[in-house]
Amino acid sequence: MKRKLAGWILMVFAFTAGAGLVFGQDKPAPALAAAVEPPKPAAPAPTASPATPAAPAPPKVDTGDTAWMLTSAALVLLMTPGLALFYGGMVRAKNVLGTIMHSFIIIAVISLQWVLFGYSLAFGPDRGGIIGSLSWIGLSGVGLDPNPDYGATVPHQVFMIYQAMFAIITPALITGAIAERMKFKTFLVFTVLWATLVYDPLAHWVWGVGGWIRNLGALDFAGGTVVHISSGISALAAAIWVGRRRGFRTEPMAPHNLPMTITGAAILWFGWFGFNAGSAIASGKLAASAFVVTHLAAAAAALSWVLVEWLYKGKPTTLGAASGAVAGLVAITPASGFVGPMPALIIGAVAGGLCYAGVIGKNRLGYDDSLDVVGVHGVGGTWGAVATGLFASKAINDAGADGLFFGNPGLLGIQVIAVLSTWVYAFVVTLILLKILDWTMGLRVSEEDEENGLDLSQHSETGYNY
Amino acid sequence: MKKVEAIIKPFRLDEVKAALNSVAVQGMTVTEVRGFGRQKGHKEVYRGAEYVVELVPKVRIEVVVPDQAVDRVVETIAKAAKTGKIGDGKIFVIPVEEAVRIRTGERGEGAL
Repeated sequence: MKRKLAGWILMVFAFTAGAGLVFGQDKPAPALAAAVEPPKPAAPAPTASPATPAAPAPPKVDTGDTAWMLTSAALVLLMTPGLALFYGGMVRAKNVLGTIMHSFIIIAVISLQWVLFGYSLAFGPDRGGIIGSLSWIGLSGVGLDPNPDYGATVPHQVFMIYQAMFAIITPALITGAIAERMKFKTFLVFTVLWATLVYDPLAHWVWGVGGWIRNLGALDFAGGTVVHISSGISALAAAIWVGRRRGFRTEPMAPHNLPMTITGAAILWFGWFGFNAGSAIASGKLAASAFVVTHLAAAAAALSWVLVEWLYKGKPTTLGAASGAVAGLVAITPASGFVGPMPALIIGAVAGGLCYAGVIGKNRLGYDDSLDVVGVHGVGGTWGAVATGLFASKAINDAGADGLFFGNPGLLGIQVIAVLSTWVYAFVVTLILLKILDWTMGLRVSEEDEENGLDLSQHSETGYNY
Repeated sequence: MKKVEAIIKPFRLDEVKAALNSVAVQGMTVTEVRGFGRQKGHKEVYRGAEYVVELVPKVRIEVVVPDQAVDRVVETIAKAAKTGKIGDGKIFVIPVEEAVRIRTGERGEGAL
């Protein structure tokens, strides 16, 4: 009891400090700096935007853009239940519901967190380049007129709800690392805290107007750093701190339902078109380009993972094909609005083999990242961010930049800075969060509960009654 | 009465059933089991993690027959189930004390 109380008091202090920061001195609306290239180009019309808030007429809603963005939001939402199935099939039958529940309940939890204050922290008016203010708390000021910075041709709430789906799936990715052994109650608290303290700031740094990584000129079209690297590295911290499953390496822990996993992978592939092509925040050429490269990277990566595994282990596997496809999709995510089709094939082909190596490497290093979040999202996202620095071309997206292979070595360095900052920040904050939660609430289920399975011990349910 | 219990390779089940029918064996009980004798299991690989699965799927057939039919039934099963490769299985003969037909209450060999 004492520990729990101490923990809650700590939390209150932390939030008070944070609130002080975000409620800090008000700044005038940021001038659109000429040097800043928005990674998500909104309006296709390149008019010189007014530098002062001299109240121009509200931007017009484009029905084509809005239709596509609403569709994309729905596609990205579907990715989270898809992830639930992808992960669910890979755990043992006694944990299938617990695993699915992680992803599914996050939809509910983060949707609330997002509209109450998460969106404001991520995309609200900038505070010091590191966080948004709370002026959009409870979606105050987030109406149906477009926001010129965030989707100038779609209602602001469309942009908000689209981004909500990203905020939802990112913590869901982490659950793969701690599958089969985490306490449900603590997991819920962790999710809200992680979203608020890691995802929201990161989203602000990379995508928010005034965010410091955005101001550096780093390119992340749909979330290589914000989604994949952050969740991958946080998963590493979680796998290490929560510890290995009982029986790891001595007991068989084979996937119990690979057809379910492949179904999940297929849903993820499908939804990813919304994830990447929707990040154009408009319907048109850029969305088309992102759609195509997304598909090609997935295809190339599926093949390359299967080929590498065929050579290394002797047989091509369905789990490998599915995992490879996902790895390719992860890698192309930051690059999807900046690279062409042929580079996409290369990015995917490298991702397949590289992520496979990442997974094998995990086996060597000995930590129990149960469902390979680090190997696929951490490694894949890192490669994707670096690949963006190599293959980006202004011919594809003139609001982006050129990469190394198109004559601009500078971008690569900026990408590396973005990657390293994400690694460090996500890892450290996650570790601190986990330590506090372990100390106050306990992270792991008891040995007996772990043996009986999460379905029974956490949810009083059985996945399969026959 | 004796129970003849045979553990065979699953894909030979249809042959064994047909062969038993041809020697007028009227019924049987079939269960799916796993086991091994001298047959090695197989290897499964999931993302580089190897699992050796020792237990091999088999089928167990149980028939209860009058004493004088035992040798004929054992021979029939053995011939139909044989492939010549390791893992063909085994047959056991176990004495049965009583048999009852539930519908009519008949006992003994008349219940078979």
